[in-house]
Amino acid sequence: MLEIKNLHVKLEEEDKVILKGVNLTIEPGTVHAIMGPNGSGKSTMSYVLSGRDGYEVTAGSATLDGADLLAMAPEERAAAGLFLAFQYPVEIPGVGNMTFLRTAVNSQRKARGEPEISAGDFLKLVREKAKTLKIDADMLKRPVNVGFSGGEKKRNEILQMAMLEPKMCILDETDSGLDVDAMKLVSDGVNALRDAGRSFLVITHYQRLLDHIKPDVVHIMADGRIIKTGGPELALEVEKNGYADILAEVL
Amino acid sequence: MAAVAQARQTALAARLAALALPEGGVTRAARAAALARVQAMGLPTRRDEYWRYTDPSSLTAPAAAPAALFDAQDEAPIFAALDRLTLVFVDGIFDPEASDPLELSGVEIARLAEADRADLHWAQGLYGVLEAAGQNPVARPLAALNTAAATDGALIRVTAAAARPVHLVYEHKSKTSDVILHHCVKIEPGADLTLLETGPAGARFNKVMEVDVAAGGRFHHVRVQGRDHDRRAATHIFARLAAGALFKSFTLTANGVLTRNEAVIDIAGDDAVAHVAGAALGDGSVGPFLHDDTVFITHGAERGESRQVFKKVLKHGATGVFQGKILVTPGAQKTDGYQISQSLLLDDDCQFLAKPELEIYADDVKCSHGSTTGALDDTALFYLRSRGVAHDEAVGLLVLSFLADAIAEIENETIQAEIVALLEGWLARHRG
Ligand SMILES: Nc1ncnc2c1ncn2[C@@H]1O[C@H](COP(=O)(O)OP(=O)(O)OP(=O)(O)O)[C@@H](O)[C@H]1O
Ligand SMILES: [Mg+2]
Repeated sequence: MLEIKNLHVKLEEEDKVILKGVNLTIEPGTVHAIMGPNGSGKSTMSYVLSGRDGYEVTAGSATLDGADLLAMAPEERAAAGLFLAFQYPVEIPGVGNMTFLRTAVNSQRKARGEPEISAGDFLKLVREKAKTLKIDADMLKRPVNVGFSGGEKKRNEILQMAMLEPKMCILDETDSGLDVDAMKLVSDGVNALRDAGRSFLVITHYQRLLDHIKPDVVHIMADGRIIKTGGPELALEVEKNGYADILAEVL
Repeated sequence: MAAVAQARQTALAARLAALALPEGGVTRAARAAALARVQAMGLPTRRDEYWRYTDPSSLTAPAAAPAALFDAQDEAPIFAALDRLTLVFVDGIFDPEASDPLELSGVEIARLAEADRADLHWAQGLYGVLEAAGQNPVARPLAALNTAAATDGALIRVTAAAARPVHLVYEHKSKTSDVILHHCVKIEPGADLTLLETGPAGARFNKVMEVDVAAGGRFHHVRVQGRDHDRRAATHIFARLAAGALFKSFTLTANGVLTRNEAVIDIAGDDAVAHVAGAALGDGSVGPFLHDDTVFITHGAERGESRQVFKKVLKHGATGVFQGKILVTPGAQKTDGYQISQSLLLDDDCQFLAKPELEIYADDVKCSHGSTTGALDDTALFYLRSRGVAHDEAVGLLVLSFLADAIAEIENETIQAEIVALLEGWLARHRG
């Protein structure tokens, strides 16, 4: 279970406050969606949860199954079961996608005291998961995300998620840049991972993704806070009327 | 000016006084000519333009500074898994007992110290010849001194595709050894050789290798310069390429107080290809580190291709130097010249000094050069860590990714994998 309480975050280098008291609890097995205007702090929250440098938590807490996420190094958070599918996946020239995936899988296993996966088992697993996401052998061989199209990068994020089998998956605008077919592929990939022990936080601007990945709870974030929480109908309302009414209501 | 010239001569006089110059047999004339050359030049000083970034005084001093012996116990012998012919030099002296018999299909191998006693030898046409030619337009006095004073080396003539790679293994067993080695490699038309070199040759090391690649010949060279911290080395490779010849050289350098590797390549025949690459790793916390790659490639024929790819990973006050030049002479149309020198600074107190130069006298050519220096990419580091890769391991992956273009210059995949393993070992030992 992910529990965020009264989370306040500012930029380390400037006096700019971005998150102003976020409260959010995500139970195992549920899918939550976050929508909200550009610049409201959605990506910042996902970065802070996964441990990126440059932010300062001035108040509040974030725990995963009771463990203090904010006290851990990014790799420890990953080993604890947190995964962030990046809004802008990073290109790493010179590191092969396969090497990257295998290193990641084995690092997490090692951190949990499990034995490394054998080269054969790993290969089989990657091929199987890549196939369902229509990621071809060439993409696996290439350096991480280098020369990938926008949609290919997003599919590659989901492949990593499928390989790492995290408990808490945050998807930051995984639908942006995807064509209709790719959206279906990615959604199927996510849905295949849904189970009682795994939760999702899906950040998106569009209802379309939520047609495929059906959320249990929808939140609206604005100006660094979650200002409204509801069921799937809340996303439909945003799609129809935008944020103006909701923002006005809160004010 | 006069003062500089005087300093050069003073340095040379002191150095020569401490050396016993071999008389030479077949190399006698070449040695005498080289002595005259170095006497005209003197030895380099810090005030020489070509030595602006690298202080040559410990390379030119009369005696070698003592260097602690280094035992790389944690590392398997390099290239031991390859089927190859090994020649062992202990502190610069050939050790026949430790070496394989000098018999290899397609290759004639002799020891310089021995061949020099004969009246006639093929190496007569090569010894000192490319070194002498390489003194223009930039003086390289340490190489001329080497030709005059070399005590041993390997003379390798390749007449066909060599059955196996030849591996020169250097061992450093005396704390004060001052080694002067001179190798000659002659690749006859269409012949093919892979030459490997590993190990620190001595406390101080002056090495020259002359490589003459005839039409259609192929020469691959992979060198691993050792891990010892006190090593001081000045090396020169002089290569001449005839039409359609291929020359590819890669050097891995880890640690060492001072290493200056010069490559002087003359693309003399049409359609020849010359690639020189290097990866250097320096960690100033284990001792001073300066690594200098100085390259001079002359395109003197048409449709030549040259690539220089040099990468340096520096931490804790290490210094990297690169001086690289591409000279395209008036007739050398359709030349394709490329040069990249990059350094990755793992912390703030390192420096990288680069002097890339292009000098082009032909109009229909494609030449480019680039030089960069920078830190690790924080975003990439975070991305890797967010996937569970531990900090140090993530740094290691990014360093290898930085070095990838240089490593890719090694054609043989087995050798490439071994170089990567050596790099990984170094990175694991030099964390934090
Ligand atoms: N490193 C930074 N430096 C300066 N401003 C920042 C930084 N990180 C975030 N911000 C600012 O914080 C605010 C929140 O940004 P964030 O990326 O979290 O928004 P978002 O809700 O994800 O928006 P979008 O929907 O456009 O992706 C923005 O005003 C952004 O400009
Ligand atoms: Mg965002």
